[in-house]
Amino acid sequence: MTHDEVATACALRHGRSPTKLLQVLRDVQAALGHLGADAIDAVARALGLPRVRVEATATFYHLLHAESHGVYEILFSDNIIDHMQGKNELLEYMCERMWLAPERVSEDGLVYVGSTSDIGLGDQGPAALVNGAPLPLLDHNRLDLIAGLIRNQKPLSEWPPMLFEVATNIRRGDVLLAEPHAPGSSVARVLEIGPQGMLEDLERASPRGRGGAGFKTAVKWAACRAAPGSARYVICNADEGEPGTFKDRVLLQAHADLVFDGMTVAARVVGAAHGILYLRGEYLFLVDALEAVLQRRRDDGLLGNRILGEPGFDFDIGIELGAGAYICGEESALIESAEGKAGRPRNRPPFPVTCGYLGQPTVVDNVETFACTAKIAVRGGAWFAAIGTPESTGTKLLSVSGDCARPGVYEYPFGVSVRRVLADCGAKRPHAVQVGGPSGTCLSWREFDRRIAFEDVPTAGAFMVFGRERDMFEVARNFTHFFAHESCGFCTPCRVGTSLLSNHMDKLAAGKGSAHDLTQMQRLMHIMLTMSHCGLGHTAAKPVVETMEKFPETYERRLQALDYEPAFDVDGALETARQITGRDDAFAHVDEDRS
Amino acid sequence: MAERKLRVATTSLAGCFGCHMSLLDIDERLFDLVQVVEFDRSPLTDIKHCGPCDLGLIEGGVCNAENVHVLREFRENCRILVAVGACAITGGVPALRNNIDLWDCFREVYQYEAGTAKGVLPNDPELPLPFDKVRPIYEVVHVDYYLPGCPPSADVFWKFVTDLVAGREPTLDREMLRYD
Repeated sequence: MTHDEVATACALRHGRSPTKLLQVLRDVQAALGHLGADAIDAVARALGLPRVRVEATATFYHLLHAESHGVYEILFSDNIIDHMQGKNELLEYMCERMWLAPERVSEDGLVYVGSTSDIGLGDQGPAALVNGAPLPLLDHNRLDLIAGLIRNQKPLSEWPPMLFEVATNIRRGDVLLAEPHAPGSSVARVLEIGPQGMLEDLERASPRGRGGAGFKTAVKWAACRAAPGSARYVICNADEGEPGTFKDRVLLQAHADLVFDGMTVAARVVGAAHGILYLRGEYLFLVDALEAVLQRRRDDGLLGNRILGEPGFDFDIGIELGAGAYICGEESALIESAEGKAGRPRNRPPFPVTCGYLGQPTVVDNVETFACTAKIAVRGGAWFAAIGTPESTGTKLLSVSGDCARPGVYEYPFGVSVRRVLADCGAKRPHAVQVGGPSGTCLSWREFDRRIAFEDVPTAGAFMVFGRERDMFEVARNFTHFFAHESCGFCTPCRVGTSLLSNHMDKLAAGKGSAHDLTQMQRLMHIMLTMSHCGLGHTAAKPVVETMEKFPETYERRLQALDYEPAFDVDGALETARQITGRDDAFAHVDEDRS
Repeated sequence: MAERKLRVATTSLAGCFGCHMSLLDIDERLFDLVQVVEFDRSPLTDIKHCGPCDLGLIEGGVCNAENVHVLREFRENCRILVAVGACAITGGVPALRNNIDLWDCFREVYQYEAGTAKGVLPNDPELPLPFDKVRPIYEVVHVDYYLPGCPPSADVFWKFVTDLVAGREPTLDREMLRYD
C-alpha cells in the first residue's frame, strides 16, 4: 500500500475528522513503523489539513517518531523506582546482547532500545514497552528470552503471554476496590433520583477531584450543567502520567464498570451525549478489554440510545489514546490533545466547564473521581461523607512502590497516616516518601505522622518509598530530568528553566558543583515558580526545593568549591585541537597549575 | 562624586568589537565619563595586562586558550565582572561553529579550501588553540552582571556605569533590555 492509501484508510476509520488527527497519526505509525515526511504529507492530504498542523501534532508526542525505530521498539521506563530496580544496567545488558547503541536503531533495522517516562508499572518494575505492549518484572532471564525472540523475528503474538502479564496487585481494598458493584446500578439510581437529586447527593458527599487538584466535583458538575452550549461532554482523564502512579490502571483493569457508571451518571447530570475516555498511550494494552466492556454495556442498554429505556437519555463513550505526553494530564492540554492538537495547556479562564472540548461545556474528571461518583449514586451522599475526614471525604487509592515488601495499590479512608501506609506495605528502613509523584511532596522520616488528606498532604496517588541507603539528590535529579523532558515548550520560564535546572543538577552530580550553583538554582526556581504558564512549570522545581531543604547534606556533599566551578573540563576541551595540531606545549594547556 | 576614579578594564574575546563601538557611541558623554573613570587594560589604552580594577567589561565568548587566560586575568583583578553583549552571554555568532566537528573545521579551512598550503595544519605555539566549542563566559568564570544586546546600546553602558559610580545597584529599564 502507498502512504496515501494507508493514510486514507486510517482517516476513514476515524470519520476523516481533523479532531481525530492524533488517533490517525497513531494508526498510520502503527502501519508504517514511523511518521516520515511522506507519511505526514499523506495524512495532511487525507484529512485536508495544512501540513504544519499535522507536523505540529506529530512532533509533539514522545511515542510518535519521524525516524524508523525498527521492527521491535523497546522503551525502558525511566522513573527513579525503575532506576533503583536496576533499569540502567538492564538497558545496557540488552544493548550488549543485541549489539546495539541505546536510542539508535540497529544496523539491520530490526530493533531499537531506548527510554521513556514512567509507564505506570512501578509496582512491577523494572518495566518496558515493546511496540507499546508492557513487559513488567524484567530481569536478565527475561531479557535473554526477549533477545532470542527478537533475533528469530517472532511476532509479538507468538511471544509467551506471561511476558506481558500485568498484575493488579490490590493489597488493600475499601469501598471502591473491595465492595462488589453491579454494573449499571449507579445509572439506574440516577434515573430514579434525577439529575437534581444526584447533584444534591454529590453536595452532601462533597468529594474532591482525585487527580490531585482537589476541586469539588459537585461544583464542577453543577457549573457544567448550568453553562450555555449546544452540546456537553464528559471526559475521563486516564492520562495517568505522574511518575509512580498506577492506581487508575488498576481501576480500569479491575473495575472498569465502576468508572463507566460514573461517567454515565455525569452525563445524565450535565446532559452530555458524548463521553471520551482519554487513555495514556502507555496503557494501549488495556484497550481491547475496555472496548469489550463498553460493548457489553451497549448490549445491556447501559450505553447508546435510550439508556435503561429512558427516552432522551443517549450517551456513548469512545476511547482516545494519548501518545506519551505527561502534560496531557492537565485538563485543558488533554482537551487540546483530544481535539487532535499538540497538548499545550490553554489559558484559563475560561475553564472547561464552560468552554471545553470543541468549545462546549465539558466535565473532565479523574478515573478515580468517576468511580467515587458511581458509588455515591448507589450508596448516597451521607454514607460517603462519613468516610475519611470532614475536609477530605471518602477513600484514596495509593500507588505504593519503591523500597517496600508489598508494592501495589492500597485503598484507605482519607486521613491515614504515612506511617500506617509504610507499615502496611512493609517498607524497609524508610528514609523518605515522595507523595503525589515529582510534582507532589517529599516527606522525610521526620514527617511520617502526617496524614494523606487535602488539608495535610494532598496526593494524586503516587507513594514512592525510599530506604535509608537511597540518595535523595539522585531522586530529585531524576525528577528534574523528567520535567525537562516533559515541558511542552510553550513558555520560556518552563522550557528553558527546566533544562537549566537539569544542567545544574548534572553539574553537581559530576562533582563540579559550587555554592554559586545553589544560588543560581534558587533564582531560577523562583522564576519558574512565578512566571510559568501552567502547573508543570510551577511544580518542576519542587523536588529540588524540597530535597535541598530536607536533605541539605546530600547537596553540600557534592560542592567542589565555595565560589565557582566550571561545568566542563576546560583544559580537556582543548584536547581535540591538541590532537589536530600535535601540540603539547605550555600554551596548548589552560589548567591553572600548568599555565 | 568620589575623589578616586572608578578603574575599568575592557576586552574583546571571541567578539567583533561591536560592543566596544557601542560604548564609544555615548559620544560627548565620553568627556563626562573620563571625569569619573580611568581605564586599565583596554583596546582604548593598549595596556597589555590588567591590574586591580573595580570593573571588567568582557565582550565576546570563549573560543580559544588565550581567551581563557585573559578571562581569568580579568576575573582575578576585577571586583565586578560583566558579560557584555550576546556573544559573552550565550556564545553568539562564533558559537554557530559548535555543531561542526573541530577536525572538519580544520580540514575545510586548511586542506580543502583553494589557495592554502595543501595538507599543512598550523601548529605554531604562538597560535592560540581553539576549543571544541565556543562557550559563554559564565561557563568558565563567575560573572556578576549581564548586559544583553547585540550590541547593548550606548545608553545601556551609560546607565550601568553611572549607576556604579553613584554607588547604586545597577538596573536596566524594561526598554533597555533588548536582545537584538
